[in-house]
Amino acid sequence: MDLTGKTLFVANRGEIAVRIVHAAKALGLRTVQAHSEADADMLAVRLADEGVEIGPAQATKSYLDVDRVVAAARESGADAVHPGYGFLSESPRFARAVEAAGLIFVGPSADTIERMGDKARARETAIAAGVPVTPGSDGRIESVEAAARIAGELGYPVMIKAAAGGGGRGIRVIESEADLAKQMPAAQSEAEAAFGDGGLYMERFVDKARHVEVQILGDGDRAVHAWERECSLQRRRQKVWEEAPAACLSQEEREALCASAVRLAESVGYRGAGTLEYLFDEARREFYFIEMNTRIQVEHPVTELVTGIDLVAEQIRVAFGAPLSLEQDDIRLDGHAIEVRVNAEDPAKNFMPFPGVTGAMHLPEGVRFDTMLYEGYAIPPFYDSLLGKLIVKGDDRAAALARLAEAIDATRLEGLKTTLPLHAALARDPDVARGDYHTTWLEDWLKTAGLG
Amino acid sequence: MAKDIHCPLPGVFYRKPAPNEPNFVEDGASVAAGTVIGLVEVMKSFHEVTAEEAGDNIRFEVENEGQVTAGTVLAKMD
Repeated sequence: MDLTGKTLFVANRGEIAVRIVHAAKALGLRTVQAHSEADADMLAVRLADEGVEIGPAQATKSYLDVDRVVAAARESGADAVHPGYGFLSESPRFARAVEAAGLIFVGPSADTIERMGDKARARETAIAAGVPVTPGSDGRIESVEAAARIAGELGYPVMIKAAAGGGGRGIRVIESEADLAKQMPAAQSEAEAAFGDGGLYMERFVDKARHVEVQILGDGDRAVHAWERECSLQRRRQKVWEEAPAACLSQEEREALCASAVRLAESVGYRGAGTLEYLFDEARREFYFIEMNTRIQVEHPVTELVTGIDLVAEQIRVAFGAPLSLEQDDIRLDGHAIEVRVNAEDPAKNFMPFPGVTGAMHLPEGVRFDTMLYEGYAIPPFYDSLLGKLIVKGDDRAAALARLAEAIDATRLEGLKTTLPLHAALARDPDVARGDYHTTWLEDWLKTAGLG
Repeated sequence: MAKDIHCPLPGVFYRKPAPNEPNFVEDGASVAAGTVIGLVEVMKSFHEVTAEEAGDNIRFEVENEGQVTAGTVLAKMD
């Protein structure tokens, strides 16, 4: 498909806007970059063919303002809108408004975004597609007796969660039947007080869970996977380090996991790039679907390095109506890739944000650095702290880790405080080298071993 | 002699803990050393701004949700 001369409107900022502009230009597209008043000098604006201001610094009045972004896209003469990640990328209202304006939304249909964005409906969709979900009660638990019976089947410890809760609130871990009898009434009244709904449900508690996720691509008819990533190193539920493939899986487990993701994607006629997130219970060797992200993800480059696919380019081509250019058998894993997130935060001062002015920059040869930075750039304080991502590849995981340690040592970002010292320490940590970690490992490590 | 309260970080200044709540401190009030007078949002994280010393008749120089840089005078006191 020839996209030469078509126009893509980039409705995002920072490093992902830079990534999208590069991919679009390589496809022959003209690019129009949206920006707030505070972002007029950002790198993506400099690289794009045109920049369009969409409002004040505050994201709610610019990058998150559906009507304003859609109007700007239409006025720019764009054929399509790329939402990046975050901001409006998973807003069904935005996707509908873009299409109502006669433009292409680079992503799945608004209905798919809506369906997969609702946790309960996403879980039902997964079950219907034969994708394993966290074992738990089928709906609400009505009595302590019923709860004890289900907990007996699941095996302790279990979690009880407020049906109306969310974002980690209203969750209790229950160790035994005696504990259940004691905690359930308290959890009910707490849920009633907090959410106006005392309803509870139960799930198996996965201790030392690992976060694995599958990259998928679809064209509306057919879907393929581009294997999986592991993102278990997290701080405050935010990923800081990602790898492809997941070293904790056997080849058989990997294939079962990835096949399940394709089943789900095809069951909803998925179009574009998406990611299915799972918990992996290492002790039981089982994986459970948690949620789907219906957009490109921050950590997509590790998948690109081990498969050779340009995910953003494929996402754009499919949005313009092209069929997938890949067959599943063409997508092979080669080597091991690691990405570390370079945030404007000082790890020596409890990750205090550091929106400084970028001085001299030096990056070693042969590593990929997806970034919003350039020399002299003043980092605005109004948005998240992600400056860029350093991504390395090796023949195997040990080689990638060694490469990463060297690359971080050779990187100079003058004038800034970043999370690179954290990654330098992690790259040499024996637990990390053994792959012996889980989603709360980093928090414990920061409290104990930490940065010394 | 007037005492200035400077902003420690760049970002957006908030005079109240949440949109529907009252201001931390009203204009004209007296504050003790260590009193929280506002919040600065920097890169999606919130940091308290405190008065380093006690003072009377506080007068805010920056509005709620005003943009600030490190060193901006947020308020003056006697």
